[in-house]
This record gives sequence, structure tokens and C-alpha cells, in this order.
Amino acid sequence: MCLGVPGKVVEVKGDVAVVDFWGVRRETRLDVVDEPVSPGDYILNHVGFAIRKIPEAEIGETLALYSELLEEAGGDMMAEDVRDEIEQASMPSSDPTPGVPRGPEGNR
Amino acid sequence: MSDAPGGQPTAAPPTEGPDGGAAGRSARELEFRDPEKARALAEALERVVGEVDRDRVSVMHVCGSHEQSIAKYGIRTILPQGLDVIMGPGCPVCVTDMPEVDEAVALARQGVRVATYGDMLHVPGTVQSLADAQADGARVDVVYSASQAVELARDTDDEVVFFASGFETTAVATAAVVLAEPPDNFSVLSAHKYIPPVMEIVAEMPHTRVEGYLAAGHAATITGSALFERFVDRHGIPVVVAGFEPLDVLAGLVQLVELVRDDDPRVVNMYPRCVTEQGNRNAQEQLWKVFRPTGGKWRGIAHVPNGNLRLRDEYAGVDARRRFDIDVGSLRRGSPTPLTQACICGDIMAGRSSPHDCSLFGEECTPENPVGACMVSSEGTCKIWHQYGGHPDL
Repeated sequence: MCLGVPGKVVEVKGDVAVVDFWGVRRETRLDVVDEPVSPGDYILNHVGFAIRKIPEAEIGETLALYSELLEEAGGDMMAEDVRDEIEQASMPSSDPTPGVPRGPEGNR
Repeated sequence: MSDAPGGQPTAAPPTEGPDGGAAGRSARELEFRDPEKARALAEALERVVGEVDRDRVSVMHVCGSHEQSIAKYGIRTILPQGLDVIMGPGCPVCVTDMPEVDEAVALARQGVRVATYGDMLHVPGTVQSLADAQADGARVDVVYSASQAVELARDTDDEVVFFASGFETTAVATAAVVLAEPPDNFSVLSAHKYIPPVMEIVAEMPHTRVEGYLAAGHAATITGSALFERFVDRHGIPVVVAGFEPLDVLAGLVQLVELVRDDDPRVVNMYPRCVTEQGNRNAQEQLWKVFRPTGGKWRGIAHVPNGNLRLRDEYAGVDARRRFDIDVGSLRRGSPTPLTQACICGDIMAGRSSPHDCSLFGEECTPENPVGACMVSSEGTCKIWHQYGGHPDL
């Protein structure tokens, strides 16, 4: 329960951001992150809240690690914890196709 | 030495959804992303441990994700003989004490709707878990986040109590929803814990040997690495903040044992991609605005001064303990089952025993039928060892 997951900010609506996690769009709250966040930024999500804006130089390394974890089959504990983390953000109300894998939002 | 990433993002873009591909690969086949680097780190670790002027070095980590990584990637198979890496109280669900579970169970049995994280459902109370209460007809909802618990309250006129567990990283989320004007029928039963004080307690426990701490990366994202300086001054034990990727863990261990070898107790942040010296100040402000640290018992460990997070008086209206007359009396009159009494979860969390020392491990106690909290949570040592094999036979 202390594992965060990175995602790319797609849209900011006040205190809430729509964030893309490997093609799954979720809403993440911005109440506690300590820097302004705008579309294109990467954040670390924990239980539905952004807890850190990931510095640009660290994005590639961070994503590589999680991509690898997410390739694990169902039942692997670390992979499940990461998937749970993505679930912990809430479903955006306005997204017509939530959860449809659409490939990366381009991590460069 | 530094484990900071090389600078150029070499990551291939993720091309699959979380469930895509690679089905059937075993954990071990994944191996390290950079085997050469792993080997170099393992050799460095061997050398540094050999340079310590005694037979054994014993360090502790306090994070379920660290244990997952250590077990999943078989890191203990490549640790030098003279190094023990033990898991301390790094599982917030596991250290939640029975009386706290009893409070949630009592509320549920009183007819209050209880929302909680999935892991908490099966944590044993004195006579019942929340899952048992649910089976008896109590209304218990599993939520993924504090926000979901608030939404649940918005959708009903019933009283909804969020039974909140987790360390400071997770407590921040609870603080944020308390500050965001939740509906009147929403309240919080806090079982949140604060990690730094328990590190002090465990470091001083007579039968636990801690010569260095590997501090949890994402908890330190909130608190910052500088927070550990006071601990280091007081106890003369080095602290290295490390990530949970296997190479992060290995690099963290090398750094930590170097500090032990040189008798150079200080704080080193090996996880700069997530942790800064001062941490997330906005999150800290909200955390301490809503919560105050109080002393309390951690399951299996001891009374931990300042180890529990409780709601401040200003938020009494949202505090389930002050809002309801919680009748735990009837629950406490029962006594734990013989199996529960045989559970050594507490010794495991204090670093005195390993799951293999427990006669129930893998027999009476499995992830499907857990006896103790360490087999319930994905951050519990027993469940992690049950999945990944834990300590290899060397």
C-alpha cells in the first residue's frame, strides 16, 4: 500500500486530472501534489491522489520499470499491486471508452 | 555511488494494456532488467560485507514493496552469507492491532456501514474479522480509495465510516478528503500509522539487531529524506532511502553496508527520482492539519509513542470514535482461537523470526485461509514468501 504508479496527465479539471495509465484513463486528485500539474506532465499516483510530479529526466526510467512489471501475468503480487493502484484512481465520468487500451500516450 | 538513472529515457513505450501479453511467465524468468549491473552490485555487496570487521551484518527494511522485490527477484539467493536483510514492520495492515479491528467490527455490527481497503477485510480481530461480520449480515464495502468512501456516503443517507489504514503515504489521501468537506454522514475510523517512530522502537528492541535501515521510497516521497536525520543522530544507525526496483534495492544495500563498515551513520537518498530532501510539503501540511500523532500498540511490536495517527479535535465531527458509542465489550469477552494464538506474526514483524519459524506457515495458514495478518496483506512477509518462496535454501 505504499506503491505509487506513474501516469501521464491528459487533462486538468480544477482539483482533478484525467491521467492515462498504460491506456487506461482514470481521474487522479491534485489536492496534495506540491507543484502545478498540466497536460503532458507525469505524476505518481497513490490511492487516487497525485503525490509527486515526476521530474522530466526521470520519466523514462520510471516508466520502464512499471512497463516491465505490468507484463507479468495475473496473480503476480507486485503486478497486482500496481494494477490495484491504477484502479484506485476513479473512473472519469466523461470518458466514453474507459479502459480501452489505446497504447501509450507517447512517453517522449 | 548513485543509482540515479542515466539521463536518457531509454524506455520502450509501453505497447500493451496492463493485462496484455507475457501470460504464463514465471516471476524468476523476468530476472533483472540489467543482469550485468546486478552482478556488479552483488559483487560490490559481497566485498563490502567482507570488509565489515565482524561475522554478520544485519539490516532491516520497513516496506512491503521492498520485501516483494527481494522475494520476487530472488535477491536473497545472491546476498553474501554474512548479510541478513530482514523485513521489519513495513506492512500497515499487519501492524493494525486487534482492538482497532474490533472497533470496525463493532461499528459494522451496530448497523453502521463500514468502507475499507480490501486488505483490511480479512485481518483478524479478537473474535471476528470484518469479513466475518459481513457474512453475518453487516454492511461492509471494499473501496479502493478514500474518495470512493466519500462517494459512497454521498449516495446514501446511511452513516458511512471509512476504516482507514496505511502509513503516511496513504494517510495523506484520508487527510485530503477530510479537508474537502465530505458529507455529514461520512466519518473516519483511523488506523493510520506513522513509520518513523516505530523505526526507533524496533532499533532498540533487545532481540532485534538493526545495524542499518533501508527506508521505504514512496513513504519518503511525502516526508522527505531529511526527516531521518534526527533518527540517525539519536541512534547512530545509518538510513538509506531506496526504491523498490531490484537494482534500487541492491544499490541501496551496498550503500547501507558501506556506511555500516565505515561507522558513518548518516542519511543517504538513493531514490532521488521519487524522494527529495524536504518531501512533499503540501502533503505534509494537510497530513498534520488533520492528524496528530499519538501513542498506541502496534500488533506484535509494542506500544509505539507517536506511532498512530488520530484525528485532531478540530475534526471531531468526522471522527468515528467521537461520533459513535463503539461497543467493543462484547467482542473482547471472546478469546482468540488457538490457531490465532499460535500465530507468530508479531515476532516476524519485529524481525525476530521468519515465516519458516512458524508451524502454521503454508499449512493451517495460507493466503486462502489466513490465520494472521501477515498472510492477509500483499505487503505481509508471510504472503510474500508464500507466493515467491522467500528465503532460499542455500
